[in-house]
Amino acid sequence: MAESHGEVSGQKAGAHTEADGGHGGGFPPFDSSTFASQLVSLAIAFVALYIIVSRFALPRVGGVIEARQNMIESDLAEAQKLKDESEAALKAYENDLVAARSRAQAISNETREKLNAASEAERKALEDKLAAKLHDAEKTITATRAAAMSNVRGIAADAATAIVQRLTGLAPDGAAVNSAVDASLKG
Amino acid sequence: MKIDPIHQFNIEPLFTIGHIGNHTIAFTNSSFYMLLAVAVISVLMLASGRQLVPGRLQSVAEISYEFVASTIRSTAGSEGMKFFPLIFSLFMFICVSNLVGIIPYTFTVSSHLIVTAALALLVFFTVLVYGLYKNGLKFFKIFVPSGVPIYILPLVMFIEILSFFLRPVSHSVRLFANMLAGHIALKVFAGFVGMLGVSLGAIGWLGGVMPLALTVALTALELLVAFLQAYVFAILTCIYLNDAIHPGH
Repeated sequence: MAESHGEVSGQKAGAHTEADGGHGGGFPPFDSSTFASQLVSLAIAFVALYIIVSRFALPRVGGVIEARQNMIESDLAEAQKLKDESEAALKAYENDLVAARSRAQAISNETREKLNAASEAERKALEDKLAAKLHDAEKTITATRAAAMSNVRGIAADAATAIVQRLTGLAPDGAAVNSAVDASLKG
Repeated sequence: MKIDPIHQFNIEPLFTIGHIGNHTIAFTNSSFYMLLAVAVISVLMLASGRQLVPGRLQSVAEISYEFVASTIRSTAGSEGMKFFPLIFSLFMFICVSNLVGIIPYTFTVSSHLIVTAALALLVFFTVLVYGLYKNGLKFFKIFVPSGVPIYILPLVMFIEILSFFLRPVSHSVRLFANMLAGHIALKVFAGFVGMLGVSLGAIGWLGGVMPLALTVALTALELLVAFLQAYVFAILTCIYLNDAIHPGH
């Protein structure tokens, strides 16, 4: 860095050796008598600035920026972790909820089926009992009817015998009366 | 009352430091403002706080840091960060010198061609030396653009070489001329205000409102130019260094 300054000063100063000293006349930026002074001060100032900047200023400010960046990143990571945790908790809760709901469903289905089966069995037993009773009743009715019918036949035969006796004065043959009663009952 | 817009560029020797050959090395007003710039930058970068949430001064320091760093990364890639201290020093030195120079009665270091030329040559030789050191003879590929037909290659190479060696000229004259012209324009318009007042009395003071407004506007423009020229100088430095880091277009 410094060499290039020196080189420039050498070139320019060599090209313009006339040193008028006064500033009144010429255009100051082209007054070569001031070049050497300016170059020397520039070299000193710029080298000092470069050393300050590269050794102290940039590491310092860069360090502050980096520390902040790290802080932000770790905070964001922490927030992400907490978010993940809360999401996991929410998911677990939802899973539990779903499981509980399905269990409740299962229990209610089971109970319903059990109750249905029980009521069905009860109904069947009742029906069977009723059917048996009905059957018994029918049997009784048939028996009663048959008894009544046989009674009717006896009465009819007696009545027929009595009628025939009264009309004819003769006691009819029992077998003939029975067959006649049977024939009339059938007809 | 005569307007002397050149007077502000005078180099006034304050005291003599010594002699090199037959040159007298003096501590001048320019030297003072150079050291002032160094002091301002040092205070900004070293005395600003190191809080987690930055205050104003710390913000300025950090914004400067990140601004220059991102400029280097976007133009010269992450390898360009080797030159971060150099580019940061250049940018801050020029920017602070330019901004201090806008304050009335101060001196603008960068309004002297010798200063800007020295800085531009520093960049030029850094590019040349680092380019040759890192890439050896492959560095000269920057003069041979790829995909150019062979029959116009000599012409293109000639133009490339010429433009390479003219870089320090355009690099330095751009900054110097901008500072010089801006300050002359400011001085001329500011001088009109006083001149009208002196020569025309009350009417002149009224008439002076116009150049005064113009001076205010120009000062605002000069603030922009001061920053912009420092930025242009820094970004051109990055682009030139990019050639040294990655030769071959």
